[in-house]
Amino acid sequence: MGFELARRAEPSRLMKFLAPLQAIVLTLLVGLGIFAALGQDPWHAFWQFFIAPVSDAHGISELLLKASPLCLIGLGLAISYRANVWNIGAEGQMYMGGVFATGIAIHFQDSWGAATLPAMILAGSVGGMLWASLTAFCRAQLHASEILVSLMLTYVASLVIKYLVFGPWQDPHANNFPLTVNFEDNATFPLFASLGWDWLQGTRLNLSIVITLIAIPLAWFFAERTFPGFQLSVGGLAPAAARYAGYSDRKAVWAAMLIGGAAAGLAGVSEVAGPIGQLNDRWAPQYGFTAIIVATLARLHPLGVPLAALLMALLYLGGETVQIELQLPQAISFVFQGLLLMFLLGSEVLVRYRVRRTRPAEKVVKAVEAPA
Amino acid sequence: MNNMTDRPLLLRLTGIAKSYAALRALDGVDLDVRAGEIHAVLGENGAGKSTLMKVIYGAVQPDAGRIEWEGAPVSIDAPTAARARGIAMVFQHFALFESSTVVENVALALPEREPLKKLAERITEVSARYGLPVNPNQYVHRLSVGERQRVEIVRCLLQAPRLLIMDEPTSVLTPQAVDQLFETLRRLAAEGTAIIYVSHKLEEIRRLCDRATIIRQGKVVGHTDPRRETEGRLAELMIGRTFPHTERRSKHEGDVALEVAGLDVPADGPFGTALKAISFRVHAGEVLGIAGISGNGQAELLAALLGTSRSQAQAVWLNGSPVGNLGAARRRAMGLAFVPEERLGVGAVPELSLVQNALLTAYQKGMVRRGLIQRGAAGAYAERCIREYDVRCAGPGAPAGSLSGGNLQKFIVGREIEQKPRVIVIGQPTWGVDVAATALIRQRIIDLAAGGVGVLVVSEDLGEILEICDRVAVLAGGRISPARDVHATNSEEIGRWMAGGFPEAPAVSSQAAA
Repeated sequence: MGFELARRAEPSRLMKFLAPLQAIVLTLLVGLGIFAALGQDPWHAFWQFFIAPVSDAHGISELLLKASPLCLIGLGLAISYRANVWNIGAEGQMYMGGVFATGIAIHFQDSWGAATLPAMILAGSVGGMLWASLTAFCRAQLHASEILVSLMLTYVASLVIKYLVFGPWQDPHANNFPLTVNFEDNATFPLFASLGWDWLQGTRLNLSIVITLIAIPLAWFFAERTFPGFQLSVGGLAPAAARYAGYSDRKAVWAAMLIGGAAAGLAGVSEVAGPIGQLNDRWAPQYGFTAIIVATLARLHPLGVPLAALLMALLYLGGETVQIELQLPQAISFVFQGLLLMFLLGSEVLVRYRVRRTRPAEKVVKAVEAPA
Repeated sequence: MNNMTDRPLLLRLTGIAKSYAALRALDGVDLDVRAGEIHAVLGENGAGKSTLMKVIYGAVQPDAGRIEWEGAPVSIDAPTAARARGIAMVFQHFALFESSTVVENVALALPEREPLKKLAERITEVSARYGLPVNPNQYVHRLSVGERQRVEIVRCLLQAPRLLIMDEPTSVLTPQAVDQLFETLRRLAAEGTAIIYVSHKLEEIRRLCDRATIIRQGKVVGHTDPRRETEGRLAELMIGRTFPHTERRSKHEGDVALEVAGLDVPADGPFGTALKAISFRVHAGEVLGIAGISGNGQAELLAALLGTSRSQAQAVWLNGSPVGNLGAARRRAMGLAFVPEERLGVGAVPELSLVQNALLTAYQKGMVRRGLIQRGAAGAYAERCIREYDVRCAGPGAPAGSLSGGNLQKFIVGREIEQKPRVIVIGQPTWGVDVAATALIRQRIIDLAAGGVGVLVVSEDLGEILEICDRVAVLAGGRISPARDVHATNSEEIGRWMAGGFPEAPAVSSQAAA
C-alpha cells in the first residue's frame, strides 16, 4: 500500500489558484525550521524577516522601491515566457537600459532641462530593446538558444558598464572610483516626499513607480485582449497549431524579446535615475534573475506579477533586516527565494495529477501503443 | 455446421469492468474465445475495444471481473505474463526501431537471448510458412508499412502463440496486402491458433470472421455470426441506430481553384519522403481525393499546400495566382481553408476554449479590429459552428481538450468551412471519429463542393474517398498518379496504384503557360 500520482481527467482549476499559496505556506514553514536550526527563536526571526521590514512608512517605501523593478521586468518576462521565449538575460537588458539613460544624463542634463528625464526613459527602453534584439536575432535567424545567448550577454553588459565607469564616463572628480557624476535633479525621478506627500518624508520612493503602475494594466491588456498577445500565447501552448494558423514564429521571437528588453530597460532607468542617481560598477541587484521567479510565481499571469513582486521584494528586505538585527547570513534571502521556486514547481504537479492511495489489485503498466 | 462448440475454450472473460476517473471504459464485458476461431470484436471508435485488448494482454488491470485461460482462473499482471501464456498482440501502431534491422527488432521482443544468425533463419522459415515474406537483414526504415506489419506478425508467431490479437490491422494496408493478411490468418486458425480481430470495418469482418462480439460504449450488445448478417445490420448493432447515408449531388465544375504544378520537395531527414513532380488540379465545385497509405508523402504534400513548407512560387496556384512561396497566413487571406491531419496540438489548442480556437484560424472574419480581439464576434462564430455542426460540448467556453475526437473534428471542420473559403484542403477528415460525426462531416464536404468550393481530401480510408470524391489520384512513394473519375476505377486498381504501379502522370502545364 502506498501513494501514487494519478493523472487528472482535466487540469484542476482550484489547484492552479492554490499552487502559489501552497508554495508560500510551505516556504514559510521550512523558514521557521531554518531559523530554529540557526539558533534563533523562530517566531522572533519570522517577525524580523516578514513583518518588521514593512511596519513603517520607510519600510513600505523600500518594499515598493524593490517591488517596482521586479514587477516591471516580471511583466515583460511573463509575456515572453508565455510564448516559450525564455529570456534569461533581463538583468543584462536592465544594465543596458541604465547605460543608455546614463549616456543621456551625463551628456545632456545641463542643456536639455526638463526634457532630460523623458529622454532618459525613452533611451532606457531603447537600450534594453537593443540588447534584447541581439538575442532575438540569434534565435530567430540563427536558431540559437535564447537561454544561453541572453544569459551570456548579461555578463557582457556588466563588462560594458565596467568599461564605461572606469573609462570614458568616469567622474573626473571621483578619485578614480568607478562611477559617473551624480545626476542632476532634472535627470532624476522626483521623490514623492518632495512632492508634498508628507507621510513619505524621508523615504526614497520616487515617481518611477508610475511607470510600473501603468505597465501592469497595459501588460494585461496586451496579453488578454489583443491579437498579437493571443498569437504569442498560442505559440507557447502549441507551436504546431501556431504554424498551422499562419502565425510567424520569427515575429513572435522578436516581439517577446523586445517586450522583455523594453521592460527591463525601463527598470534600469528607474534604478539609475532613482535611488542610485548615477552609474557605478557595484550596481548588480539581480532583479533580472529574481524577476524570473516573480513571473513563475505569478504563473505568467500579468495580474499576478505585482503580488509576486511584492512577495519577492519582502524576501529581499527581510534578508537585509535579519542580517542587521540577528546577524544571520546574507544568503538567507536567496535560500528563501530558492525554496519558494522549488515548492512552486512541486505544487505545479498537483494541477495535473492527483495523489491517491494505490489500490492493492491495481498496477497500471504503461500501455505500449496509442489508444484506438 | 456446429464444429464451433467442439473446439476447446481458450479464453473466457466474465464481467470485466474498468473505469478511468469518471469514464466507464468497460462495463461488465463477457467474451469467449475458442481455439481455431477468428473472433471479431466490433465497435466504433471509443467503444472500449482497445481497453478490452489491453486487459487481455495484461497492460491494464480490470477493476472487476474474471479471466479464465483454458478453464482455470488467472490474473494477467503484465504483458510478459500474457506472452508466457501464449497470448500475442499485433498493435495498430508498430513498435519497431527504424534504424535497426528486422532480426535485431525481433530479438528485442524475445524473452531469451538467441544468436542473431539462428534467429534470422527462424524468421525466414516462419515467414515462408505463413506467406509473409520478410528479409531478416533488411533495415526497418526501408520497409513499407505492409512489410513492417509482417515483421510485427512474425515477431508474434515466433513465440508460437495460442491466441493472437490483431488490433485494427488493415488501416495501413493496400487491398492486395489485406488479402494476403487474411490468407495468413486463415492458415493460422486452421492450425488451432485463436485469433481476435479488432476492427470497425464491417466488410472485412464479414469476409474473415467466424464470430463477432459487438461492443458499444463499454458494454457487449450482441454476439453474432457476421457472415450471416448484412453490413447494415452489423452497423446498426454497432451504433445502436440506423446507419446514416451520404447523399451525392450532381457535379458542376468551374475554374481551376487549386493547382499543383511540378512540385518537388526534398525529403526532410532520413525518414521523410521526397515529393517528386507532383501535379494535379482541383476545380471549383469538385471533390478531388488523394488516396494512399500514410507515409507516402501525405504530410509533406499537406504542408506544401498549407504553406508551412514553402516551395517555388509557380509550384502551387490558388485561384490562378502563384502562391508556392507564400506562407500560410497569406494563403488563408486568399481564400484557403485547411483541416489538418492532427486535431489536438495542431487543429486546435487543447487548453484554450472553443471561442479562442475559433479565433485561431478564423481571425480574418471580423474578429480582429486594429489588433484588438472582438470577443463578441469570436463568440458568435464559435456558437454558430457548435450549432451547425452538432458539436456536443459544455458550451463555447469549454476547453477544446474536453471534447471527444468526433466532436472536436466537427468543430474544426465547421470552423474552416464557415470561413466561406474558395478552396479547402482536408487531411484525414474522419480518422478516429465516431460514425455519426463521420456521416455529418462527409455530407458537409459534399455540400461544400456543391456550393462551388474546390475541395481536396487526403485520406488513407479508401472507402471514404470512393464515397465522397468525384475524382481520385493516388500518392505512393512521393509520386502521384493521374487522377481518375471515381466511377471509372475500383479499389483493385487503386490498390495496385498504392503499391506504386501507376503510369507517369502526363505533364500538366501550369496556368501561367495557359
